[in-house]
Amino acid sequence: MSSADAFDPAGRSGDYHAAGLRRDQWRERLGLAGLAAPALILVIVTMLVPVGWLFGLSFLDDNGALSLEHYKRMLAEPSYGRTFRTTFEISFVTTLICVLLGYPLAYFLSQLPRRAANLCMIAVLLPFWTSLLVRTYAWLVLLQRSGLVNTWGMKLGLWSEPLQLVHNMGGTLIGMVHIMLPFMVLPLYGTMRAIDGNLLRAAASLGSTPIHGFWTVFFPLSLPGLAAGSALVFVLCLGFYVTPAMLGGGKVTMVSNRIANDIELFFNWGAASALGVVLLVITLVVLVLAARLSRGTGLFGTGH
Amino acid sequence: MDWLDRPASDTQISHRSRLWLYVLGALVLAFLAIPTLIVIPMSFSQSQYLEFPPREWSLRWYEAYFSSSSWMAATATSFKAGFCTALLATPMGTLAAYGLHVSRLRFTGLAILILLTPTIVPVILVGIGLFYAYVQLKMVNSFLGIVLAHTMLAVPIVMLIVGSALKSFDLDQERVARSLGATRTQAFMQVTAPQISFALVTSAVLSFLTSFDEVVVALFVSGGDNATLTRMMFLALRDQIDPTIAAISTIMIVMTSLLLAVSQFVGNREP
Repeated sequence: MSSADAFDPAGRSGDYHAAGLRRDQWRERLGLAGLAAPALILVIVTMLVPVGWLFGLSFLDDNGALSLEHYKRMLAEPSYGRTFRTTFEISFVTTLICVLLGYPLAYFLSQLPRRAANLCMIAVLLPFWTSLLVRTYAWLVLLQRSGLVNTWGMKLGLWSEPLQLVHNMGGTLIGMVHIMLPFMVLPLYGTMRAIDGNLLRAAASLGSTPIHGFWTVFFPLSLPGLAAGSALVFVLCLGFYVTPAMLGGGKVTMVSNRIANDIELFFNWGAASALGVVLLVITLVVLVLAARLSRGTGLFGTGH
Repeated sequence: MDWLDRPASDTQISHRSRLWLYVLGALVLAFLAIPTLIVIPMSFSQSQYLEFPPREWSLRWYEAYFSSSSWMAATATSFKAGFCTALLATPMGTLAAYGLHVSRLRFTGLAILILLTPTIVPVILVGIGLFYAYVQLKMVNSFLGIVLAHTMLAVPIVMLIVGSALKSFDLDQERVARSLGATRTQAFMQVTAPQISFALVTSAVLSFLTSFDEVVVALFVSGGDNATLTRMMFLALRDQIDPTIAAISTIMIVMTSLLLAVSQFVGNREP
């Protein structure tokens, strides 16, 4: 505080104090915001700068001159198109399977008494706190030629020859659905629990059958959760690396695997960076679209 | 089987008509839980080939793990990196969440967006970007490099958890403490922190696990004497299915379950 505190003959204390207080308050808030500085500096130095660097590299040719060479090659070479198509197909199919399995499961859980639902939730959360590698390893063990699924399937007489269940697209999809399913179930479950049962009772009292009530009242109200879960699963799938690398057996190349190959095998930083930039742009576009579409439905933050 | 024909609730069809829902629900739950759990009995198998149920039991894969100096070194690295990550990310994320929550300046939205980028940017990009940066800084395969990378990945998680705890915390309590003469730091430490302790403990545990489980970035920037456990597991699995990994997986499952159980316990004891 300044000397105006003690002595104020001109009677201008009102304005003077207000301005001083505003200044003090602003300074204090700035200082408080400064508490975020360590975290911000770390993220900027270890994340934004390196990714920005890659962004720059993607526009340089082998001689260091500015060019769109890497992006042109991506358009010209059909193998890149295949990689992107594989990535989209896998992400889409994984999301679809997660919806088909996750919606009934979340509905089932939301109908249970809370205590029973919480117990079942352990099974949903178990994959969350087990390492990704452990789970991928488990699927390798289960799905390999002499693995459990093949031995039991043949014992039960379901098939006679060992099936090729892993080191291909199918194995990759199984592993990815297993990893992504909790990301679908949790937002769906939260949304469904919040739906007021009285609305369904109102529908019933107005003559709707249970099934009609479900489709006209419950299902529309659960859509924000479905949208949130689907967007989350799809976006996370786009960036998958470990699962296709291990369960795909070299046959499934998603964008991330292609980027890693470009670095590890060919040391082609330009090509890898360009792929990375495109992957990032696609991810952001999907996120922005999802946020746009769900505006007003309570997805991403607002709502409850 | 009388209950089958009763409606599931006052607005629903009978249990019998939606038996499929119960069966499907149980199957999906089994699909989620069983693959993780099946690793545990397999790790006690005597056989080199993975069979279930194991014909003979033994601890040979645990012996193989504990007697291998390279597995032990990688485990030590992962533990150290996890602890350092938790030690750095928890205060950094908490400070950020608190500062941005209390100050409400115009640019806090932008700051939050920047702090959340590690959760949005595909992790492969982080991996190769850091690899490129570390090559220039001669930090590839360094312990500091992996800790900084993992701290960056954990900060947004801490910020989200602590941020949501602060949202439901009444900051007037801090104002009361300060009006009674406490400094801002004292008010935070003595009034706010004890009440959001659950969020703080959870943040620390999840930061540790974020680092301990992280594969892709570790694959690119860790190596040599500082290779992490996940990096070694990934490379081992790419070549062949080594049952030692079942033993390691079992230890990891037990460890993370214990960690989370303890953090739940600590959180519930002091509401």
